[in-house]
Amino acid sequence: MSQTDHQQAKRRPDRAALVIAAALAIVAVVIAWSTASHGVGANYARVGPTTFPYFIAAVFLGLSIWTAFEAFRGDFPEREHQEISPILWIVGGLVAQMLLLKVAGFAIATGLLFAATARAFGRGPLWQTIPIGLVLSFVIWIIFAKGLQLSLPAGPLEQLF
Amino acid sequence: MDTFGLLAQGLLTALEPMNLLYALIGVTLGTAVGVLPGIGPALTVALLLPVTYKLDPAGSLIMFAGIYYGGMYGGSTTSILLNTPGESASIVTALEGNKMARAGRGGPALATAAIGSFVAGLIATIGLAFIAPTIVKMALSFGPAEYFALMILAFMTVSAAFGDSTLRGLTALFIGLGLGLIGIDLQTGQARLAFGIPDLLDGIEVTTLAVALFAIGEALSVAAGKSSSSTIQAVKGSVWMTREDWRRSWKPWLRGTAIGFPIGAMPAGGAEIGTFLSYSVEKQLAEKPEEFGHGAIEGVAGPEAANNASAAGTLVPLLTLGLPTTATAAIMLAGFQQFGLQPGPLLFATNPQLVWGLIASLLVANLMLLVLNLPLIGVWIKLLTIPTPWLYAGILTFATLGTIGANAAVSQVNVLGLFTLPVSFELGMLLAFGLLGYGLRRFGYPIAPVVVGLILGPMAEQQLRRALAISQGDLLILIGSPIAVILLLLAATAVLLPLYLRARGRGKVLAQLGASED
Repeated sequence: MSQTDHQQAKRRPDRAALVIAAALAIVAVVIAWSTASHGVGANYARVGPTTFPYFIAAVFLGLSIWTAFEAFRGDFPEREHQEISPILWIVGGLVAQMLLLKVAGFAIATGLLFAATARAFGRGPLWQTIPIGLVLSFVIWIIFAKGLQLSLPAGPLEQLF
Repeated sequence: MDTFGLLAQGLLTALEPMNLLYALIGVTLGTAVGVLPGIGPALTVALLLPVTYKLDPAGSLIMFAGIYYGGMYGGSTTSILLNTPGESASIVTALEGNKMARAGRGGPALATAAIGSFVAGLIATIGLAFIAPTIVKMALSFGPAEYFALMILAFMTVSAAFGDSTLRGLTALFIGLGLGLIGIDLQTGQARLAFGIPDLLDGIEVTTLAVALFAIGEALSVAAGKSSSSTIQAVKGSVWMTREDWRRSWKPWLRGTAIGFPIGAMPAGGAEIGTFLSYSVEKQLAEKPEEFGHGAIEGVAGPEAANNASAAGTLVPLLTLGLPTTATAAIMLAGFQQFGLQPGPLLFATNPQLVWGLIASLLVANLMLLVLNLPLIGVWIKLLTIPTPWLYAGILTFATLGTIGANAAVSQVNVLGLFTLPVSFELGMLLAFGLLGYGLRRFGYPIAPVVVGLILGPMAEQQLRRALAISQGDLLILIGSPIAVILLLLAATAVLLPLYLRARGRGKVLAQLGASED
């Protein structure tokens, strides 16, 4: 095969691709297990509510094997080096927003997300970006919650108005 | 001619002041998001769905279509001036367009892109108006078996036929299909894959998935990758095209339209395929092929026309069959469903005013875009100067805003048995899918098949089970009509042919075209 020629000595097997293969296999098992443990209802039709899940689980298993195969052949594309800390900042911002949304309200929670995202892209310091995010989120809250009747949770800050 | 009458009636709807306003908002937003890197038409429509929930259906859909068209226009600006395509269909435009801009011919490049998009959009929209009634007539005879075959074809073309790996395309599709299983089975009321979590019984929201994959996945992947410093090419010299430019542009516009429209209409995947084809056709036919790679105007005119023609083309299966073949179309389908409308042949009969108003409004939107784009190009370029940190911080703010607004429910989560914390479940999903989107990008998996799989999967399953209920379980009904057989054969070809080509080392052509200029 001509394809293998320009796949020069890469790390073989591709470990990340093997992890993906394993994840796909786990998904297959989870779907099959969940379907088997819940499919109690009487099933007259040959193709009932459990057919599709079993089929998809089977395909996931096949895709998992195929992925493992490609992992050993080194068929996955080259990947750039990735910085971890920006990811942690964004994920941290989203987690903070998720946890604080009800307690602290939309403006505070989303303001923190805004500042964390800006930080992930190298813009700081936080004592400057958090107020900017707070003001922006609060304006958004007024426009969408008051103006467009979207239900956005109100916290102490919003209740002042 | 009947179509003319319907189209004229549609124009009356489209020209109502409120609908004109919606169209204007749509094309303006669409152009803006097309210009901005990191946010495309699919994401924008997804973000707007919760906001438009209480607005007029016709107006909202007109706005969505305007965003789609506008995104196609705006994407070319970034490609030409910045060499970073704002959306995937503009990758080819960057090849020649950015070279032209570097050579001080950015103005004519933008002009040929805008006018080409207008010409293509105009012809393709009229094509849509004339083809739609024929397909509707044919589709009315379709039974569940034919619909099922059609959906299989769409699945295969969207995931496996193009892109650089059959495996990764299919994996992305099945992730979407798997997510589509979650929730209550519509026919038996049985809960599937809900794992006892009540929030999962309603299934995965298409908008949550799309917003997470596009906005959060993109933000994570841009933040984690090394920031490539790209410089904006200033538009020097005249914006207008010379006589020579016109002479060299008009044929590529028409050829691009002729290539793009059928590809968009055929359930053959996204708009980018037409642009690649048009580029190679123009390269073959060019008077001065040596100019290709150094800023040939044909290489901008053709693909840009193809790009817009495909966008109009994808509305053919969406409106007539209810079949989305791109991520944006999939989310527009979710938009229809939000208003209790199901696109398809019946919609033409039950709600002709809305359908024809939408089609006619595309003509209006197209004209607006020409006006918005040529003279106002300087305004759009200013958008490119927004610093990345603020841009992405803003995108994530709006992404979460849409999700919270659509699903404000809060669940009590017990933390380590110590205390309970009110947590927004939908934001948790958003985060989880955002990480999934990052992973997909990192390993070269396409995003669109996941979204299409989620929305089309349950529909395909229903059609299959309906077909088998009619035949009392006889699987032969699936190949019981010539149309179904042909569609299934096409679907098989869509998977097997690219596999064969790739094995012969020829599948790299598409991938290389996109990657040869990074």
